Amino acid sequence: MTNSLINYTLHLADTTLILSQRNSEWCGHGPILEQDIAITNISLDLLGQARNFYQYAAALKNDGSTEDSLAYLRTEREFKNLLLVEQQNGDWGQTILRQYFFSQYQLLLFQQLQQHSDEQLAAIATKAIKETTYHVRWSSEWVIRLGDGTDESHNRMLHAIDELWRYCGELFEAADYETAMGIDLTSIKQTWTEKVTAVFDEAKLPVPQNVFMQSGGKKGVHTEQLGYILTELQYLQRTYPGAKW
Amino acid sequence: MNFQIRKFYYGDIPEEKGGGSNYQTQAESAAWPLWEVFIRSKQGLDHKHVGSLKAADAQMAIENARDVYTRRMEGVSIWVVESKYIHASNPDEAESLYDPANDKVYRHPTFYDLPDEVKHM
Repeated sequence: MTNSLINYTLHLADTTLILSQRNSEWCGHGPILEQDIAITNISLDLLGQARNFYQYAAALKNDGSTEDSLAYLRTEREFKNLLLVEQQNGDWGQTILRQYFFSQYQLLLFQQLQQHSDEQLAAIATKAIKETTYHVRWSSEWVIRLGDGTDESHNRMLHAIDELWRYCGELFEAADYETAMGIDLTSIKQTWTEKVTAVFDEAKLPVPQNVFMQSGGKKGVHTEQLGYILTELQYLQRTYPGAKW
Repeated sequence: MNFQIRKFYYGDIPEEKGGGSNYQTQAESAAWPLWEVFIRSKQGLDHKHVGSLKAADAQMAIENARDVYTRRMEGVSIWVVESKYIHASNPDEAESLYDPANDKVYRHPTFYDLPDEVKHM
């Protein structure tokens, strides 16, 4: 049980950390100052969540690990993040769509985690859910704005769906540690699909059918993207071990 | 993408010198309008003008304002209004508008002898 709890907590931590890192790449490059700040705010929200999960995982492991060692000194195969969040930013539309897919999932997941018997996970979910609610609102409005915008923005969203949809199946494919933790991904999948369909309808975007779904991230089998992310993320601690700010 | 640094005027600047209305290049003509942001810092206080930002619509303006101006718990309520709907007094008319009040000291309630018991006046 403890092992599953540690792995599950690391899965939550890695997923939020990697998406935070991806979004932070927009810092200073946003399409407009206000959106630059918005995406960076979300990035910081996710980093805060990641820290909570890493601290908890470190306490559970109780082997001298710290939040820093877990984030900076684990290798690619040890990371359990979703494939969706490690995908490239692409254009603004692709970043927005990735954020929407994830935030919608995270909101439903955290609603469930709030009731979880593990009090610490429930507490972190309760704290994070306000942020996540806003992320869903912000990103879904952007999906609608771009999907139902100009021909150019609509086509870019079609391209983004093409790039990202194949990574959404994994969200609902339970890993061993999720089953052990009693996470019910089936009900989340149903609600997620309803919500996404409603937003896509409003955005005049088609919901893809019968797409082959990639998976593996939860078990540490990643796309090539993660290696590049970790190279940048972990460079300093690898090169100057123990370096402090 | 082609960016230009551009100065915008607010408040007592005549409309023809203000931002937006006379400024149209190809890149900017499709750009988002400017919005003025007002934040109420706590219940019971007035909304105060805090600045401005660009947004495509009112909803986005409120969200941008939330992200730009309330990150450090500065507010409990946000108003936004498109800058073009704000009408300002003309600085050229300042003399006729404000100077006449200069010699009307009797409009200030400074001619009363206050009893010592009255505090905080």
